[in-house]
Amino acid sequence: MADQQRRHILSVLVENRSGVLARVAGLFSRRGYNIFSLAVAPTDDERFSRITVVVDVESAPLEQIVKQLHKLVNVLKITELDPSDAVERELLMASVTASATTRGQVTELVAIFGGTVVDVGPEHLTVCLADEPRRLDDFEELIRPFGIVELQRSGQLALAKLETRAPRLRRVSDRSA
Amino acid sequence: MKLTGAQALIKSLEAQGVEVIFGLPGGAILPVYDPIIDSPIRHILVRHEQGAGHAAEGYAHVTGKPGVMMVTSGPAATNIVTPLADAYMDSVPVVCITGQVGTGSIGTDAFQEADTTGITMSITKHNWLVTDPADIPSVIAQAFHVATTGRPGPVLVDIPKDVSNGLMEWYWPEDPAAGLPGYRPTLKGHPRMIKEAAKLICDASRPVIYAGGGIIRSGASGLLRSLAELTGAPVTTTLMARGAFPDSHPLALGMPGMHGNYAAVTAMQKADLLITLGARFDDRVTGRVDAFAPLAKVVHVDVDPAELGKVRRADVPIVGDCSLVLEELVEAVRAEWQRRGENSRVDLSPWMAEIRSWQQRYPLRYEPTEEGSPLKPQFVVERLRELNGPETIVVSGVGQHQMWASQYWRFENPNTWVNSGGLGTMGFAVPAAIGAKVGRPGATVWAIDGDGCFQMTAQELVTATAERIPIKVAILNNAYLGMVRQWQEMFYDQRYSEVYLSPDLPDYVMWAEAMGCVGIRVESPDQVDVAIQKANSIDDRPVVVEFRTDAREMVYPMVPAGASNDDIVVGPTQGEGGH
Ligand SMILES: Cc1ncc(C[n+]2csc(CCOP(=O)(O)OP(=O)(O)O)c2C)c(N)n1
Ligand SMILES: [Mg+2]
Repeated sequence: MADQQRRHILSVLVENRSGVLARVAGLFSRRGYNIFSLAVAPTDDERFSRITVVVDVESAPLEQIVKQLHKLVNVLKITELDPSDAVERELLMASVTASATTRGQVTELVAIFGGTVVDVGPEHLTVCLADEPRRLDDFEELIRPFGIVELQRSGQLALAKLETRAPRLRRVSDRSA
Repeated sequence: MKLTGAQALIKSLEAQGVEVIFGLPGGAILPVYDPIIDSPIRHILVRHEQGAGHAAEGYAHVTGKPGVMMVTSGPAATNIVTPLADAYMDSVPVVCITGQVGTGSIGTDAFQEADTTGITMSITKHNWLVTDPADIPSVIAQAFHVATTGRPGPVLVDIPKDVSNGLMEWYWPEDPAAGLPGYRPTLKGHPRMIKEAAKLICDASRPVIYAGGGIIRSGASGLLRSLAELTGAPVTTTLMARGAFPDSHPLALGMPGMHGNYAAVTAMQKADLLITLGARFDDRVTGRVDAFAPLAKVVHVDVDPAELGKVRRADVPIVGDCSLVLEELVEAVRAEWQRRGENSRVDLSPWMAEIRSWQQRYPLRYEPTEEGSPLKPQFVVERLRELNGPETIVVSGVGQHQMWASQYWRFENPNTWVNSGGLGTMGFAVPAAIGAKVGRPGATVWAIDGDGCFQMTAQELVTATAERIPIKVAILNNAYLGMVRQWQEMFYDQRYSEVYLSPDLPDYVMWAEAMGCVGIRVESPDQVDVAIQKANSIDDRPVVVEFRTDAREMVYPMVPAGASNDDIVVGPTQGEGGH
């Protein structure tokens, strides 16, 4: 995992049109910024999508990334979420080797982490867990010795914490300002 | 009223006030070329799509209005990539219409299919792939709106063939911005920031106004002059801003940067305040950034917020259009003086005296031609200048000739200097001059081109002859890719690698005449004026004057790439003060 200090969560509200993700992703690569993870889906208002992008900022200052993103015509609003002021979740799915002897240990581990078993085969289990990215790291670590056949993480989502939403949420820049 | 998408497109361009389209047809754009026959819009048929793009840029440079280019799909779209990148770098408002294969064929590697919106995504301000003929008017209105507002730039609209053939009910959108919820450029500067800027200006004892191309794009030359005259601050005009401030003005320092003059470069180095207006701290201006203007506080005005703090931190950043901000800033400076009392004005005369001494000690200079040796390119530019008025539009290519043109011409008016600054596109001059002449038919348009550049796009002179666009081209023929030769001479031990072209291959006079132009060759100083006068007297066809110039001549002053501006080299035989 990248150094936590260098990671920043940007919540980017965009028009829900084809090609918008390519514009956002293209901007990052063209300007030499690193995307650590990316999650995108329509919001409750389906004219818009929200892209949650975790950026790995070493060379490029965050401010420059945000300003360049704002220049994209399809971008409406960008919010930087400070990890301490945000609730973060990521989804992990993994198919794990689980023979008759180890199956109990695997399900116990999944239960401890609050995950679920979503598919069962003769030699394997597919398990699923939604939690903070760090907790997923821990889980991944512990499950690995059993034998991971396939693993997929969703990329991180984040929303501002409710009690901090009004005063402390930092709106990095906004066109209407 | 039912129209085809193609008819709606042309009608939209008419509604948008388009007078001229530079273009070349082909399969995917065929439907759109049919209604052009019946449209009052003039279409100028270029010989290569790159020419259409640069011509549209030239038109936009001199008129301030968006230039329009139209080409077919695939190879035509890829041919126009260079002008789009050029316009993006220099913030030139242009609208490019491309044909595309039918929507059903997109993604199948159909004949002449290219991912035009994908390819041009990073070199346009925005682009659109239209999938429904009903969208055409609103997309065209949006395209012009985006191209011309905020920081201007190129936009592209890609129209599949079935969309231009399809039917729609005609309408014209009332508010182009309605469909652009994420696009709202900030034009008016923040009043508090403007006040802060005024304070810094009133405090400064060594101020320099660093004017960039934004002044020209926003039509702020008059206001720039007001600010300079009000404050007494001297003005440098970057390569993109030549003409934004009259070179004849006592406060004019001319061009800063890699090939700027000593006084302009040094004044910025020694300044205690840079009043940066529509400029972007380009590496060709700053030299080594951490050694650039080390003592200066920075006021930075730009309509693009991303330019503020991108290269150099601004003490007072102001997002806004130069015209609107300058109007307020001039008032704010007056108010600040009033607040401080009339006697509080800082005396700038020691600063100006210092600058004058640099100007006297290190003027731009070159050794005049000796008997029997080749022409000096600087002399040619000087004679062109003297035999043409300050209303003349000067267009250049990229290389040594470009630098000499920018140094030795005396610019008095905005929008009279057309060049490729940010991208440095060889081949820009001839087609851009055509576009400039179309935009300002009453003006004399001289392209000052290099032999290398000329060979890249000269075929557009066929367009110029056919369309009766009487531009004038001065080729400074040094038989070399001169600027590259200069770097090899200075930094690669005079090991000249692949830079020799030849003085007489091609034969420029014959080539010019084959393209319907008048061709003139000039080899000695005494022929220069006669040739220029002859060229000036011809107004029914393009003229090409080939000047055989001295290949050994180098552009000075020069700040070597990556060096500090303090290490400016003033000339081959470096005088006192040069390092
Ligand atoms: C399309 C393109 N290719 C290459 C270059 C690199 N380049 C910069 S200046 C130059 C030489 C230009 O030669 P010429 O037009 O004869 O001008 P001169 O410098 O001799 O005045 C070259 C090759 C460029 N700027 N653009
Ligand atoms: Mg040359």
